[in-house]
Amino acid sequence: MQENNLLLQMEHITKRFPGSVALSDAYLHVERGEVHALIGENGAGKSTLIKVLTGVYHYDEGTIQFDGRVGAFQSPQQAQRQGISTIYQEINLVPFRSVTENIFLGREIFRWGLLDWRKMNAEASALLERLHISIDVTKPLNTYNTATQQMVAIARAISFKSKLVIMDEPTSSLNDDEVAILFTVIRQLKEEGVATIFVSHRLDELYAICDGITILRDGLTVDERPINTISKLELVAKMLGKDLGSVQQSGQTSFDASRHQAGEEVVLEVSGLREGRKLQNASVKVRAGEIVGLAGLLGSGRSEVARAVFGADHVDAGKIAINGKEVHFRAPEDAIRAGIGLCSEDRKADGIIPDLSVRENLTLAALPTLTRYGIVDRRQQEAIVDRFIQRLGIKTSGPEQKIRELSGGNQQKVLLARWMCLNPRLLLLDEPTRGIDVGAKSEIQKLVEELAESGMGVLLISSELEEIIEGSDHVVVLRDGITVAELPHKDISQDAIMTAMAHGEGYASTGEAL
Amino acid sequence: MMRLEQRLTALKVPHDLRALGQDYGALIALILLIIFDVIFTKQFHSLITVTNLLVYVTPTLILGVGMTLVIATGGIDISVGSIMGLTGILTYLIFSGKWLGIHNIVVGTIVAMPIALVVATLVGVFNGVLVTRFNVQPIVATLISLITVRGIAEVTVNGFQFAFLSAPIVSWLSGNLFGFLPRQVILMAVIVAIFAWLMRATAFSRYLLSIGGNQSAARLAGVPVTRVLITVYAISGLLAGIAGLAFIAFNSAAYPVTDGLGKELDAIAAVAVGGTPLTGGRATILGTAIGAIFIQLLRQTVVSLNVPDDIASVIIGVLILLAVFLQRPSKA
Repeated sequence: MQENNLLLQMEHITKRFPGSVALSDAYLHVERGEVHALIGENGAGKSTLIKVLTGVYHYDEGTIQFDGRVGAFQSPQQAQRQGISTIYQEINLVPFRSVTENIFLGREIFRWGLLDWRKMNAEASALLERLHISIDVTKPLNTYNTATQQMVAIARAISFKSKLVIMDEPTSSLNDDEVAILFTVIRQLKEEGVATIFVSHRLDELYAICDGITILRDGLTVDERPINTISKLELVAKMLGKDLGSVQQSGQTSFDASRHQAGEEVVLEVSGLREGRKLQNASVKVRAGEIVGLAGLLGSGRSEVARAVFGADHVDAGKIAINGKEVHFRAPEDAIRAGIGLCSEDRKADGIIPDLSVRENLTLAALPTLTRYGIVDRRQQEAIVDRFIQRLGIKTSGPEQKIRELSGGNQQKVLLARWMCLNPRLLLLDEPTRGIDVGAKSEIQKLVEELAESGMGVLLISSELEEIIEGSDHVVVLRDGITVAELPHKDISQDAIMTAMAHGEGYASTGEAL
Repeated sequence: MMRLEQRLTALKVPHDLRALGQDYGALIALILLIIFDVIFTKQFHSLITVTNLLVYVTPTLILGVGMTLVIATGGIDISVGSIMGLTGILTYLIFSGKWLGIHNIVVGTIVAMPIALVVATLVGVFNGVLVTRFNVQPIVATLISLITVRGIAEVTVNGFQFAFLSAPIVSWLSGNLFGFLPRQVILMAVIVAIFAWLMRATAFSRYLLSIGGNQSAARLAGVPVTRVLITVYAISGLLAGIAGLAFIAFNSAAYPVTDGLGKELDAIAAVAVGGTPLTGGRATILGTAIGAIFIQLLRQTVVSLNVPDDIASVIIGVLILLAVFLQRPSKA
């Protein structure tokens, strides 16, 4: 690697947030004209690193050198002027303004002091022509679909004559043809000497377009090398922080899957689920009294499966059956009536009602069963709340305390109790132990175990392989929205799961593993 | 241990002035204003001024109750003033026999009131459908109704500016119970009491608060979001209809062009002063009642001190700001 060929050099980057360290000793090197993949699981620090680079965040320690210039950028505008353009995952353009305006926003072309619309429109069209898109550039951006808007964002980025283009999951809203066009553009840029940082969770895409790869985990860079020297499996192992072929340690969680006995009754059967590009052929089966682990990398469609089953999202195709009967839930309330509960991944956004009390949060889903003529039976309600506060050991000053004042672990217990008090036949748990302290984590794992023993079917989504491995009677692995493996209890191992995450291909729905 | 902790947290609250202001800000402001009035003005020298105050505040307060519910869901309803105007003129047109041809005024009244209230409720349902089914922002959806409903009210009288009323309902509603308690005030008190109780006891109240607090989480907890929101806007419409009836009873006349004009803003001010945050998720009906009475008493105080109108408005504005400031959340 020749020193003068390096476009970007980030060394020993540390970024602290109040109460947490987002990056510690992360590094990133990108050569001129290189397409460089940046990958890592949730919370690994990818977005923080990008934001540090583009001047959105100020970092605490480390050095940045870009194009011979040493030092941090003070603002995204400065980064852009120096030749870094960023395309964010959520398109950040102005929906009601025209395509041309969006492309030239902030650096309009003037003629005699007036906006030179003719020239700007012509240049905008020419730029889009490079992306094989011919649209009326004078129409508002929001008259076009998401993929086209994404292309406009890309056109804007390349129009800056940048030296480095950062693409944060640019393909998540594109179909296969559009992805192919995007790749052609990236190769064109490469020929012109423009480098690209490419963030994506689709391993196949990374191998198709990238030259080098940097893997982040827990805020530090764990590997950096040419992509053709690392196998997909190694890549997945690095990302998850596991060693290949190593003997698994047991007892890392409070789970013990050997304790529960799966019943015969199939509580949930999902087959051929499709939803846009997120789910392409997902299938899962859960029996009464068993914990089924749903594994997969970030963006593999795990949460989408749970939300689809719960009636929270609409799907394009596929079959969902509860206790052998096909169902079509229009809203979560239908699913709840059918005996299903869902603890969602994002506790703050989709779980708690911050200003309501522990009591009100805990019984929110149970209210229909606690009311007569619309009036809540306060005594019965309080009895339930007291029972669950005691049973789950929820630390609160009392049932009337606002839930937002509780710790993460205790909030999660309240949300679990929200479903437990309904005694559902199927519980969908999306990352139930994320972001909570070790003690609460272990208590929640024990609790989930108890629920399965009592005959409940549990679908457990977790990014922690230990939880999946030790907790599950059965593991289903998703890859790019496709169920690629179904591992019975005896076949569950770290290597088997990671192999499926890395290489798994769609398989016929015979239930055979790979 | 646990019990000791509980006692300690219970003790902390009265010591924390900020928390006190948040919970009782409107009440404290009202009491201060009453003390001021007793000393410096002749406001409270007769019982009549007190009942007059309550009669004046009745329409605003009834609107305020509905507004509290809507705001608690994170929305707003600015169509209520127009709905007041429409129900007033609609009632008049029916019981005076100009519509439907009922010439017996008693029968006419009995027919007119339910029809007017149903129409008011339907406007609310329309608002709710726009907000939920068509994803129109609440302020825009109810702005559409504000303009359209006012227009319809004006059209019904073909340019006539006002209609004088003399009907049994008017004299009955504006009459007194026990010789001193106006029936409208009793109606208002009953509405406040019912809704204050409903907001404590029903599942519906928890639903609307959870929608205002975190709509996505509420939906995932099985709250029927669409149904609850439509019902809330319908209730706001119905209460606006009742306020409209109380208003024409008080005035003994219906002016479709001006009845209820700007009243939605009074109601919103009452909600804000009363301590319900406009961001949704929390609600206090009694707070709104106190807020409405505070604003009305403030107006009367300023008038009785012979302050010029323009300066009066500024003083009222500043004092409302002060009342809102008193109860801003501790974590701003």
